[in-house]
Amino acid sequence: MATDNRPLSPHLQVYRPQLTSVLSISHRLTGVLLSLGLIPVVLWTLAVASGPEAYGALMNILGSVPGLVLLAAWTFALFFHLLNGIRHLFWDAGWLLDLRGAYASGWIALVLALVLTIAVWGGLA
Amino acid sequence: MAQFRLPKNSRISKGKHFASADGAGNVKTFRVYRFDPDSGENPRVDSYDIDLDQCGPMVLDALIKIKNEIDPTLTFRRSCREGICGSCAFNIDGTNTLACTTAIDEVKGDVKIYPLPHMPVIKDLVPDLTHFYAQYASIRPWIRTQSPAPPDKERLQSREDRAQMDGLYECILCACCSTSCPSYWWNGERYLGPAVLLQAYRWLVDSRDEATGERLDELEDPFRLYRCHTIMNCTRTCPKGLNPAKAIAEIKKMMLARRSL
Repeated sequence: MATDNRPLSPHLQVYRPQLTSVLSISHRLTGVLLSLGLIPVVLWTLAVASGPEAYGALMNILGSVPGLVLLAAWTFALFFHLLNGIRHLFWDAGWLLDLRGAYASGWIALVLALVLTIAVWGGLA
Repeated sequence: MAQFRLPKNSRISKGKHFASADGAGNVKTFRVYRFDPDSGENPRVDSYDIDLDQCGPMVLDALIKIKNEIDPTLTFRRSCREGICGSCAFNIDGTNTLACTTAIDEVKGDVKIYPLPHMPVIKDLVPDLTHFYAQYASIRPWIRTQSPAPPDKERLQSREDRAQMDGLYECILCACCSTSCPSYWWNGERYLGPAVLLQAYRWLVDSRDEATGERLDELEDPFRLYRCHTIMNCTRTCPKGLNPAKAIAEIKKMMLARRSL
């Protein structure tokens, strides 16, 4: 019986997105986003060291609309990754591993990350 | 490396539509994944209009009705029709579950039925579970002992020790959880997956088993156990209401506990 030509059944294409999987992949995506976010942090310290002109130029870029959007996204990524990371620590300790615990903590991490992001940007404005 | 797109031979083409007879009142459409290995064609999704007034209440009833009355070539596994054999596990309405314990009216809109995800398809809704079963065999799911058996009685357990296996022994190995797990999709060659790990834990906590250390040694591997990233699709999808994610976490805790001794 030939078995190598068998098709692969659909997976991502048909599986319903749900809080469990969406937050899991979001944790990874925000982790990647935060790594990329280190680039502007390094640029920022370089600019500080290079003097007021370089610093002013960088501030102009970061203060533009796309710059602000990115910074807001990074803020959210930071809070979400932090809170979901704490969720992972709870799991590693054996807590919150039932569906109710996973869903409640998932929604809390998500909403709290939004609230903290808004609070930070509200405080800056 | 994870491949997110389906391979060329697996992409789904448009299928046939089987309309219901005129005058049928309570019609629901079932969209069913079809693959015929003899045709040389790609898989397709056929749709069948079913008169629910002439059909039993469960998704499996509809599949049997399609096979009996509309299209006898439709191929699927089923046996007990009461959620204990695990044969009729499919991806129904986007999550894995048993067709026999899922009521048709639980599904809003068209009922979409696919084989268990990310598995080689033999025909229609029948996936090849050879690898899954081989992984189950690899944990040697039977009692392993050092001590001689009592000459006059069985190896007995206290009620408390027996209760340790509640929520584990009920697993029917339908593979719904393992095939719902993205980690198993991308690393199923080497990651054992939630179903087999739940079974592994079932033997780890069995008070009669005397190979706990050996069993943990066998799981101490970057892939076999530690590809679980607590996504929890497994627990969400289990048609028996079990919690493979918790069982896996408990194994990880056992690993940690014995290392720090």
